[in-house]
Amino acid sequence: MKASEISVGQTFEKVVVEDLKRTQLVMYSGTSGDYNPLHTDDLYCKEAAGYPGVFAHGMLTMGMTGTLVTDLFGAENVRKYGVRFTNQVWPGDTLTATATVQEIRDEDGRAVAEIGIETTNQDGKTVVLGSATGLLEA
Amino acid sequence: MSDEKTVTFPVEGTHVMMFARSIGDYNPAYHDPGKGEGNPVGAQVAPPTFPQAVAQFDPDYPLRIKDGEAWFGSGGSPSGIEGKPATSGGLHAEQHFEYTRPIRPGDVLTVRYSQGETWEKESRRAGKLTFTERLVDYYDQDGNHVCRARGVGVRTERPVDQE
Repeated sequence: MKASEISVGQTFEKVVVEDLKRTQLVMYSGTSGDYNPLHTDDLYCKEAAGYPGVFAHGMLTMGMTGTLVTDLFGAENVRKYGVRFTNQVWPGDTLTATATVQEIRDEDGRAVAEIGIETTNQDGKTVVLGSATGLLEA
Repeated sequence: MSDEKTVTFPVEGTHVMMFARSIGDYNPAYHDPGKGEGNPVGAQVAPPTFPQAVAQFDPDYPLRIKDGEAWFGSGGSPSGIEGKPATSGGLHAEQHFEYTRPIRPGDVLTVRYSQGETWEKESRRAGKLTFTERLVDYYDQDGNHVCRARGVGVRTERPVDQE
């Protein structure tokens, strides 16, 4: 993203997952190493843990939301990325991430943008709330 | 704050490619055969949340089946262990990363864990909440700082009510 192409208040939106599949939870377990049965084991969730079924790893939601951050800045330009997990994400959910440019400033001679991040599900419920900072291209 | 342990985390192109797929990111920065130095799958950089995959290399990581230890997931019964599993009430509340530079395949990271603050809060949806902060610092093969991760975990008194 170029400094000349963005302005404070501008928003970017991306559907980061449509109809989240249980298979994707399995994929994320396998790559991240977080094999908590809460994310892959429906029987365990329902009968041992007291949940209606499996739900997404917070870090999967953060990772999917992060694809908007890297689409904007490029992975090599991200300097900060942080979120709070505000609601669980379930199979079947469709998540939309929105980035809002909050500040553009100069840091050691490089233009840097700070963006606010919010990801909501198909019911408009916020599942992730956070921010990111990235270097901008000249 | 006290240092807990140190883990070696070799960053490999194939792992980066699979991690990117698992978060639904098909950007060629993570898989572009012919590109990327020293890895045939052509992963050039790791996604920002990839540092969390250090769990694969942490010998004590609790959320992985280990040789000779009981596992709490379902098999013949809904839970493979008697009583309440130690990790069943733990959820992830916050995660923050700060990067000094991007992580790339070929990096061999030294990862140092330390404990942060602990605090409590009452919640309408899940009873008493106990928050625990953990700091994880990643250093590269030259000893330079690459990334700091700050995670906040929350242990709930009961499963979170679904509204």
